[in-house]
Amino acid sequence: MAEGIGIILLKFGFILLFALGLGGLLTWVERKQSAIMQDRIGANRASIFGLRLIGLFHPLADAIKMFTKESFTPASAEKFLFTLAPAISVFFALIGFAVIPFGDKLIFGDTVVNLQVAPLNVGLLYLFAVAGLAVYGVVLGAWASRNNYAMLGGMRAAAQMISYEVALGVTIFGSIMIYQTVDLQQIVHLQGGTFWGWLPAWGIFMQPLGFILFLTVGIAETKRVPFDAPEGESEIIGYFIEYSGMGFGMYFLTDFVETVMISAITVTLFFGGWQVPYLLADGFHFPWGEVWLLNNWTVALFQIASFSLKVMFFLWLQMAIRWTLPRFRYDQILRLGWKYILPISLLNIVLTGIVIMVLK
Amino acid sequence: MSINVHDKYKPLTFWEQLYFPTILSGLALTVRHFVRNMFAHTLRVLGIKLKWPGSVTIQYPEYLRPLFPRLRTLHRLAKREDGSPRCVACMMCETACPARCIYIVAEERLRHPQIEKVPQIFDIDLGLCIFCGFCVEACPEDAIRMDTGILEIANYARTGMIMNKDILLKLEPDETRFVQYNQEGEVVSTSILKQR
Ligand code: SF4
Ligand code: SF4
Repeated sequence: MAEGIGIILLKFGFILLFALGLGGLLTWVERKQSAIMQDRIGANRASIFGLRLIGLFHPLADAIKMFTKESFTPASAEKFLFTLAPAISVFFALIGFAVIPFGDKLIFGDTVVNLQVAPLNVGLLYLFAVAGLAVYGVVLGAWASRNNYAMLGGMRAAAQMISYEVALGVTIFGSIMIYQTVDLQQIVHLQGGTFWGWLPAWGIFMQPLGFILFLTVGIAETKRVPFDAPEGESEIIGYFIEYSGMGFGMYFLTDFVETVMISAITVTLFFGGWQVPYLLADGFHFPWGEVWLLNNWTVALFQIASFSLKVMFFLWLQMAIRWTLPRFRYDQILRLGWKYILPISLLNIVLTGIVIMVLK
Repeated sequence: MSINVHDKYKPLTFWEQLYFPTILSGLALTVRHFVRNMFAHTLRVLGIKLKWPGSVTIQYPEYLRPLFPRLRTLHRLAKREDGSPRCVACMMCETACPARCIYIVAEERLRHPQIEKVPQIFDIDLGLCIFCGFCVEACPEDAIRMDTGILEIANYARTGMIMNKDILLKLEPDETRFVQYNQEGEVVSTSILKQR
């Protein structure tokens, strides 16, 4: 039986909550993780009735502050676009999650629920389209502010995003060549087995170079340190210089949601998505022959948990990178993109092709 | 004048130009700190205290760092044994003050053979003071001192920043706020205090 509209809405709600919840929580993670990496304690003062909960109320306090602050529009700004731009930015960051599979299949009586909001057979291409449109929010906002610094930030964002957009597409070709599909659910399915009976058949073991390149390009796409030239707090403040209140809040959230997005794509393409090692549709089949049978619901729970854990690990890794490296200089960013990453990812395609040919 | 040639921007070696090895070594350092500190924090939550702490943070309003005795903190006016101010209203400090934030009005000291004057008004505007300590150096009577250990000088109004004679005379040096030394001049205690 096909899925009803109610189930689709439920899935939609789940993934939206997942993305926004993680995005909001990332502000806390960012503060705390950076603090712990630098031998500090981090924000821990926000409290409700003296209850501090290791600073978990800070995102809440942030949200309240953002909502209650005046959302100021400069007199010379293009009012309509100025208001629209942050929303565009958040919108394109969020709709990408529609094609990310977060589990296999859930069976309700005779209804089979595919744990993916939109089972598109062009999932990966759709993702690239969305990622390519994300820069519009930034450039529009910068343009509409009528501020030279914002304009500079917007131009930097455009140049950076376009150069890395090319590399982003090319780094993935290796994976597409191996899996012969761009349907993300199917790609995850194909990562289900094992090599030599024990090593999970995750994409990273077939595309190690592709993975490193993709993660680098992905981090560049999120516009966060070390690729935060569009923001460049210390020199131009960036494309959101004229934004205050929730307008700024939305740009801020976009960065975090994109971080979650990049983690989710990385996990889906290179770390088996929702796959748990040795877990098949009917339970665990360990390489030493032991079999634990599980029912469909437990398996689905395992899969969702596995997906979330992997995503969280990559969030942690991205945060660690963000708090380790200083910002690349603007020319370094472009040189890295065009002169190193693009040729290496082209080389990766050739290598993958040769290996596929030889194995045939 | 000589010209300094800095060799600061030497070209990157091939290894460094690859970016990734150096990035990974940097990452290894920060991740090592993360894991070590996380370990300490987790054990602390479970009730086990390690010898080394997970952070170097001093939780400020609750805990205070010890100050070094030569630090210039809020002024005070010292008193004689009989409780009268040591200050003889000679205006030396007022003259020495580069920020011009001391305001003194003298009055006659009655019934005293040596001391002729005492301050009637002695105001220090801390909103202007730059804590240079020149007033302390200038004072011939050692009457004005900056050893109270008070650092938190803040107010909602500018007028609240003006300390008058009564306040300055009431202040006492706070020994506990400072690093303690013994006779040989060695540091005895630098413990972090818990406030209140
Ligand atoms: S510390 Fe310096 S600025 Fe402050 S009152 Fe003394 S002389 Fe004036
Ligand atoms: S220099 Fe000393 S004695 Fe003279 S007015 Fe200032 S505090 Fe008083």
